[in-house]
Amino acid sequence: MPLIETSDGPLWKRRTSLKQWLIWGAWLIGIVIAVYAWKLISDKTIWFFVADAPRQMVDIVTRMVPPSWSYMDNLWRPVWDTLNIATIGTVIALILAVPIAFLAARNTTPHKSVRAVALFIIVATRSVNSLIWALLLVVIVGPGVLAGTIAIGFRSIGGCSKLLYEAIEEINHTQVEAIEATGASRAQQMLYGIVPQVLPTFAGVGVFRWDINVRGSTILGIVGAGGIGVQLNASINVLAWTQVSMILLVILGTVFVSEYVSAKVRHAII
Amino acid sequence: MSNSTSEYADTWKKPAFIKNPALRWSIYIGSIVYFVLALGTMEINWTRVAEGIPRGMTLLSKFFPPNIEDSRGVIVDGILESVWMAVISTIGGILLSVPIGLGAARNLSHKWVYLFCRSIIGVSRTFPEIILAIFAVKFFGFGPFAGFVALSIGTIGFFAKLLAEDIENMSKSQAEAVKVTGSSWLQWINYAIQPQVMPRMIGLSLYRLDINFRESAVVGIVGAGGIGAHLLTSVQRYEYDTTATILISIIVIVIALEYTSGYLRKWVQ
Amino acid sequence: MLRLENVSKRYKTGDLALKNVSLEIPDGQVIALIGPSGAGKSTLIRCVNRLVDATEGLIQLGDTEITSLSSSELRKARRRMGMIFQEYALVERLTVMENVLSGRLGYVNFWQSLFRKFPKKDVREAYRLLDRVGLMHMADKRADELSGGQRQRVGICRALIQDPEMLLVDEPTASLDPKTSRQIMRLINELCAERGLAAIINIHDVLLAQMYSQRVVGLKLGEIVYDGPPEGLSPEVLTEIYGEEDWEATIEEVDEDDEDLEEVIK
Repeated sequence: MPLIETSDGPLWKRRTSLKQWLIWGAWLIGIVIAVYAWKLISDKTIWFFVADAPRQMVDIVTRMVPPSWSYMDNLWRPVWDTLNIATIGTVIALILAVPIAFLAARNTTPHKSVRAVALFIIVATRSVNSLIWALLLVVIVGPGVLAGTIAIGFRSIGGCSKLLYEAIEEINHTQVEAIEATGASRAQQMLYGIVPQVLPTFAGVGVFRWDINVRGSTILGIVGAGGIGVQLNASINVLAWTQVSMILLVILGTVFVSEYVSAKVRHAII
Repeated sequence: MSNSTSEYADTWKKPAFIKNPALRWSIYIGSIVYFVLALGTMEINWTRVAEGIPRGMTLLSKFFPPNIEDSRGVIVDGILESVWMAVISTIGGILLSVPIGLGAARNLSHKWVYLFCRSIIGVSRTFPEIILAIFAVKFFGFGPFAGFVALSIGTIGFFAKLLAEDIENMSKSQAEAVKVTGSSWLQWINYAIQPQVMPRMIGLSLYRLDINFRESAVVGIVGAGGIGAHLLTSVQRYEYDTTATILISIIVIVIALEYTSGYLRKWVQ
Repeated sequence: MLRLENVSKRYKTGDLALKNVSLEIPDGQVIALIGPSGAGKSTLIRCVNRLVDATEGLIQLGDTEITSLSSSELRKARRRMGMIFQEYALVERLTVMENVLSGRLGYVNFWQSLFRKFPKKDVREAYRLLDRVGLMHMADKRADELSGGQRQRVGICRALIQDPEMLLVDEPTASLDPKTSRQIMRLINELCAERGLAAIINIHDVLLAQMYSQRVVGLKLGEIVYDGPPEGLSPEVLTEIYGEEDWEATIEEVDEDDEDLEEVIK
């Protein structure tokens, strides 16, 4: 925070002038980007519909109440499917993510080239949204819960492996060294030196991912990959708004419960 | 020494992680029963799966090498639309998040304001962006504007929550020091709160930009603009060349964004 | 007998940690390795069990030439050398018993270690050792529940259950208070005497080195500058090893043998 001598005595400024210019420059660039992006979007927008939106909103919301409580009878099975997609998908992901994480961590990978492949798998599975995975898998294995489960599993491999291999890289190395010094083999060093150190993180990552996956599996039905999204899509297509509101309530409830459960379990583990 | 060896036990069992045996066994049996039921009720059409495998191989073969020439213009257009949608909804979402985040900080606002803002956050966090997008399309019509609205609301759930938590956790003494100078509420926010939470918020907004792009690539599936619509049609029309190209472009952009945002975040903090 | 012949170690960074070190340790001899930080004490003992590979030179334990062993032979050789670490290096999330039994990993196969099915005599020996160091009641506790002194005792048990011919001890007292430091040093000494073990003890506390060893080796910048009896550590020798300092206060305390160990050389 420089003081600048002027004819009126020292003048205090918050930042040096170069830094101030840089910050203004950043703001300017930001504003230009925002205006440009906004123009592109607004060119493709039919403003008549946007102006009409409040009326639409009121209309749809009034048609949504009261929720069709009796429709709940048709929703138990989809909720069960949704939870299964999330749970089994998470289990599949963890089973695959653990070895990938060990191959990707700098201190446990057998070779640099193996590490590169493992990192590629992590990045590729992570970058593709589970809905896209579901879209492709519906083509391959057909519509239904199986496609959804695999989609959730694939998407989660990258997410889990990334957290896991970072945990493996952060372990205390002397503990492993101590095991090595006893004459233990590489596999035994992993078993006694590394696994105990990363196990709590692994459990935490699994629960954390499950929570995300419950939310994610509610929408897979939109592309036909099972779960409650199938009903949501169908009800919206036939404009059965009271059913839609019921489904939304059920999703809300499911997500709340899963968040509560995962918080409890994480608390118990760590 | 040899005479004393017999005094010591020669077996040892690792103490169980869950101490209570009844609880332990009910958890074991419960999980087995669950997995049997879950896998048992999963309807899998194996003949359909068998039919699909060759199709999957065709799709996979299109990735090596990808056919970039065909329909390039449409793809570039869609991808750019997704990118700009992500940018503008991140900015819009953050602008909306600031007042809501301030309102949702327990130490700043009135109880009713707090509850109102918290419930907005709760709803936007619960519903995935795709569901928000479905409704945005119903309200605002097809196109990127609907995607913009959906992603902005999604951003609120993420950003306002973290902002509120940051404000709740910030240093009390600094805040009070500014308050006792007799400053107005806005001055107080500007001098005491903003400097404390600003650096982290810049980092988080870059992170959110990352997430928003991933989402903006799929909201097109429900008609909310961006590359998603092309992806859906290409899959439905079995144009796997295009599918592969789109997927590769998405992956490349996601990776590029992740690295730049990671780099910028380090630079800001 | 352990024999080092012209051992040198150069790290990838280019630092020469050991320069032509030659040393012979007869069976049953406890030697203290002293020297300032960075003198190469840690590197030297790590070269012996090849946690660090020496760049040049020869290391022999009995008839085995350690420096040229294949990895499976090396594992067998490591069983003959128990190592005790500076920050205990216990696996904190395992129980005390598992930490002790991990000293037997070189003797059991993968499946036995996975299911914690160690031979009966190993378990019996583990209990006996824990009893010997006064930690019998802690067997099922997790290692991170223990105090520093207790952890180091577990570390000692882990080294001893290997049934080694010698101990490599790396700054055993660095993170302990003066009283516990003495107890640990005394324990190591007693155990070496009971079992006739040779030991190399890295230690930066000159006083403890003098009290608990039969021979002192001074290392400075990777070279041996003193090798002789503890009584031979005159102010001149210490100045040679550590540099100029008023050494009289440190040395005099040897005879008093009280609990006041405030003079710790950094």
